[in-house]
Amino acid sequence: MNAEIISSYLPLYGKAFLLTVQIGWIGIALAFLIGVICAFILFFRIPVAEKLVKCYVELFRNTPLLVQLFFIYYGLPAIGIKVGAKVCGAVGLGLLGGSYMTESIRSGLEAVPVIQTESARSLGLNARQLFIAIILPQAFTISVPGIIANVIFLLKETSVFSAISLMDLMFTAKDLIGLYYNTTESLFLLVVFYILMLLPVSIAGSFLEKKTRFKMFGD
Amino acid sequence: MGFEVIFKGKNLIRLLAGLGVAMKISIISALISILLGIVLGMLMALKRPVLGAILRFYLEVVRIMPQMVLLFLVFFGVTKATGANITAETASVIVFSFWGTAEMADLVRGCLAGIPIIQYESSKALGLSRLQIYLYVIIPQIIRRLIPLSINLITRMIKTTSLIMMIGIVEVLKVAQQIIEANRKSDPHAAFGVFAVVFLLYFIACWPISRLSKYLEKKWEN
Amino acid sequence: MEEILRIEHLQKRFDDFTVLEDISLSVKKGEVVVILGPSGCGKSTLLRCINGLESIDEGKVLLEGETVNPGHVNVPARKKIGMVFQSYELFPHKTILENVILAPLRVQKRSKAEATEEALSLLERVGLAVRKDSYPRQLSGGQKQRVAIVRALMMHPEILLFDEVTAALDPEMVREVLDVILDLAKQKATMLIVTHELSFAKAIADRILFLDDGAIVEDSDPKSFFETPKTQRAQSFLRTFEF
Repeated sequence: MNAEIISSYLPLYGKAFLLTVQIGWIGIALAFLIGVICAFILFFRIPVAEKLVKCYVELFRNTPLLVQLFFIYYGLPAIGIKVGAKVCGAVGLGLLGGSYMTESIRSGLEAVPVIQTESARSLGLNARQLFIAIILPQAFTISVPGIIANVIFLLKETSVFSAISLMDLMFTAKDLIGLYYNTTESLFLLVVFYILMLLPVSIAGSFLEKKTRFKMFGD
Repeated sequence: MGFEVIFKGKNLIRLLAGLGVAMKISIISALISILLGIVLGMLMALKRPVLGAILRFYLEVVRIMPQMVLLFLVFFGVTKATGANITAETASVIVFSFWGTAEMADLVRGCLAGIPIIQYESSKALGLSRLQIYLYVIIPQIIRRLIPLSINLITRMIKTTSLIMMIGIVEVLKVAQQIIEANRKSDPHAAFGVFAVVFLLYFIACWPISRLSKYLEKKWEN
Repeated sequence: MEEILRIEHLQKRFDDFTVLEDISLSVKKGEVVVILGPSGCGKSTLLRCINGLESIDEGKVLLEGETVNPGHVNVPARKKIGMVFQSYELFPHKTILENVILAPLRVQKRSKAEATEEALSLLERVGLAVRKDSYPRQLSGGQKQRVAIVRALMMHPEILLFDEVTAALDPEMVREVLDVILDLAKQKATMLIVTHELSFAKAIADRILFLDDGAIVEDSDPKSFFETPKTQRAQSFLRTFEF
């Protein structure tokens, strides 16, 4: 491995890293938003919307992100809907992630035992108070591990962005390998930057998981 | 809308054949993953310090490294390092099995951890050997939780194998691109119809399997 | 004495199965009514119907003349009924004090200082003021159940429903919970108690209801119920507790 080559590649990777992280986290934020809305729709069984959400979740959980991105980026412009690569990446990741987040949040909401609801109702809490004070905090704690797993999964999925010609980490690595044949250095930097992107999140995730468990049970 | 292209000539057959390539790699990788994963998961449950640390490291690598990166490492890296010329197909099977085995091992470990210790103790008290405990007491209890999870792993494998086009394997997305390219003049809307069909094909491949997994999970819950 | 709870021809079905058949009942202020009966006789369902957790198919439940059931989820009269569950059902994400003052703050809109003051004095009475900042998980079953009783008392209910509150407890913890309920009886609280503790029933009850197959089979004072049960069914029920 050649240190000189590595240092000369660093700025390129740095730029790609920032782009990947930026679009990744925008996508994740979008996914969370979609997840919360859809989970509420499912939990409260809002007619019609409930059916649509179910279709959406099944459709996006059962297809690869790569195919979703191809459809949005190359397919939609053919009928006149043009989407830029960055927007496409963030929206694609958001839609994929939204379907996973919906499931995690919904299962958290439904995991709160019915008798907890009954005991709150027997104290006279109305539906809104019951949802905000009793169900939501417990459901959130139950959902946390699933949400964290989704975040890590989505950050990893950013690695397909190069397919829609986003100059992300994979794109940069492939480009440099093709141009200069410095395979070892290119791959080394690729791994380093993905560790940089995911290891902190993985560690913070485990920490958060422990912390919420603490809060829940007061151990 | 560009759907006509699909039914022109052998286009649909070509798309399906492309999906077949991806499916073949998924199924082979899934089978390897499930078998190796069960063995590794049981090894993890033994709680041997050194072995446990190595396996945990392996799991953590898989947990945070995108499959795409692993694919590049094996396809470009191994070729460079060893001079061996491995085909893209072989590289894919290696990577997806490497990934799937870790996923499966973690599922098996999780299932085993869910069995109360008293089950092991009471089996021991009856004089069963370690192998007998696994064979007659533990495995029958976890198998019903494991089957739906394994089936679910297959759908995840199918979705993940869509990545193989990125290392140049001609599968369904690549075929789709070729079809669109060939019809660029005659049908400018082809991209929409063809990619919509690819989307649908993947859905048709994965959805029934994930339904089956969910159905079995519910059915065997208790 | 003045009547507080009145049930008229209550009927409850689950699909084709009739759980409660034509129950009529009147409970006076300060009365302690213990409901006994074999498992599955409908005792718990009766309590759940009284505070509207279950809908009913026929009849009426009235609290001080106001309809509780059938009615909306949030009929005002429901807030005057306190209920304690077998599985305590404290809120796991809140501390003991937070559990106890949640409903007074949110439902009755009382001030935090005032609710906290009352909560602490009630917790003191059941010996748990020192645990106010603990989480439910850190308490024993008996302690959790005493907190659950305090939580119900904080709403100043006109009537308290106890649904087998000692059934999930270890034997050595049963006593501490029953003592709290006995203490409430001394202060003339109106209570409806479903229990399997016969000697406790004998000690606390002003009146015993014996339920079997969804109907009130006997309604008498404890002395005559335990010593001279009138029906065959009550006799055989009492015999199952003998050794």
